[in-house]
Amino acid sequence: MKLYAWAVYAFLYLPIGIIALFSFSAGRSASQMQGFSLQWYGRALNNPFVMEALWTSVCVAFLSALFATVVGTMAALALTGMRGRTRKVFDLLVQIAVMIPGIVIGIATLIALVSVFDLVNPWLEPLTGWKLSLGSGSLIGAHGLFTMSLVVLLVRGRMETLDGALVEASSDLGATPMGTFWQVTFPQVLPAILAGFLLAFTFSFDDFIIAFFVAGAETTLPIYVFSSIRRGVTPEINAIGTMVMAASLLMLIAAQLLLRRSQAQARR
Amino acid sequence: MTQSRARALLLTPAGLWYAAMLLLPLAVVLIFSFGERSAIGGYAPGFTFEQYANLPARFAAFRNTLTLAPVGTIAALLIAYPLAYFLAVKVSPKWKTMLLVLVIVPFWTSILIRSYAWIFLLGGKGIPALLETIGLDDVRLLNTPFAVLVGIVYGYLPLMVFPIYVALEKLDKRLLEAAADLGTPPWRAFLQITLPLSMPGVLTGSMLVFILLMGEFLIPAILGGGKVFFVGNALVDLFLQSRNWAFGSAVAVALVVIMLITIGIYSRLVKRFGASRDDVGLM
Repeated sequence: MKLYAWAVYAFLYLPIGIIALFSFSAGRSASQMQGFSLQWYGRALNNPFVMEALWTSVCVAFLSALFATVVGTMAALALTGMRGRTRKVFDLLVQIAVMIPGIVIGIATLIALVSVFDLVNPWLEPLTGWKLSLGSGSLIGAHGLFTMSLVVLLVRGRMETLDGALVEASSDLGATPMGTFWQVTFPQVLPAILAGFLLAFTFSFDDFIIAFFVAGAETTLPIYVFSSIRRGVTPEINAIGTMVMAASLLMLIAAQLLLRRSQAQARR
Repeated sequence: MTQSRARALLLTPAGLWYAAMLLLPLAVVLIFSFGERSAIGGYAPGFTFEQYANLPARFAAFRNTLTLAPVGTIAALLIAYPLAYFLAVKVSPKWKTMLLVLVIVPFWTSILIRSYAWIFLLGGKGIPALLETIGLDDVRLLNTPFAVLVGIVYGYLPLMVFPIYVALEKLDKRLLEAAADLGTPPWRAFLQITLPLSMPGVLTGSMLVFILLMGEFLIPAILGGGKVFFVGNALVDLFLQSRNWAFGSAVAVALVVIMLITIGIYSRLVKRFGASRDDVGLM
């Protein structure tokens, strides 16, 4: 049984390890280890296309995660302890947004936005001189939809385990509802909110399929990697892949630690 | 400010976003699926069932998806179950969390990069080269249905392990002790106690994996080499290359309908097993 578990872990981590290993190769072949060097990391970091795609990805991930965290947290606060039809409608919307495959979100957003832009642009362009098109804005909007739902689930989950006695004690001691919120409730929910932000960032940064449809003329890092793979794998792609994985890994560890802390607080 | 007004204010941005970025786009897909392809590509208004009648033109994509998705789900289940059992029952609490996190971490890293790693492993210098040393020549793995299956199992294994683990973790171990005291052999105790009680986890995991597989594009695109394509690949072609939005929308609606049927079957089964649904938190 133990041996079996080891085998499954090897299965899960071997491919990741191989990419990381090959990225340090000194040779030109992407699928062979020839000496050790960091040259491919240097190449990747000096490639203007890579850097531009990276910058787009980071901006989109940061802004969509920020948006998702703020809007999602607000919704989660309102939904906690709420009953009735509104609650049911929102629960359903959150579920649909989480369950529906990315590819359907991608095409639906693509054709809806292009249709809306076609309607609006003939009016907008003569008036303001610029027109709406797909790009970072639509990426942020589409990523924000999924990640906002993720934040709602995380923050609401945390809210529902909060100790109501603390809030009561605070108001008994004369604190205003706003004061109670900022000094009692918010600090306790904060780790879950931050974890939500990190997960939202990771999702957006790693997403390929939604971006593939709604990025328009923009290139995100996953889109760059995908089109490079189509042309053939190079050690440079291995280096980029290794860096992307390392970055996601750091984000995940941070999110885990935050969630652990919030759970520990809940037990106290 | 009253509480209900505060609530309404807090919910407004999220509500607007769901309306604009979820409900409107889904409605557009539904409307477009009854329309026609305009001469320059894209969409022309209309009301026709032509696009739906035309669905058999993409029969191969649906067939591939509807064979490889269930097979992949079952393969992932068979591999995940023993691991989930091991983690929930055998591992000491000291190591449990860390081992569990190690299962989930790959799921949150780029599926694109994880899938393309298999190009090395399944390509000429990988596993086929190993097989050659034991006398099996000319084994082609890359760009076959098998490669896609490996990619699927690899990509979605974490999603299967987690719900099964949650179900097994809740299992009352005194039931197994009682069974043993009454002289039940372990394999019967497993079949009659452990397995039925873990069914909610098995069902949740299977449904999640199956639904995500239905919309898969990357794994067949990278490991199937254009020979093994899914509905997802047909959608990319219809929307980004041939720009036949009306037909593409009909394909997307068909995909969503199949998924809804799956969810329907799932909730029926969950009810029959008389267990409450486990909410799956992947963090």
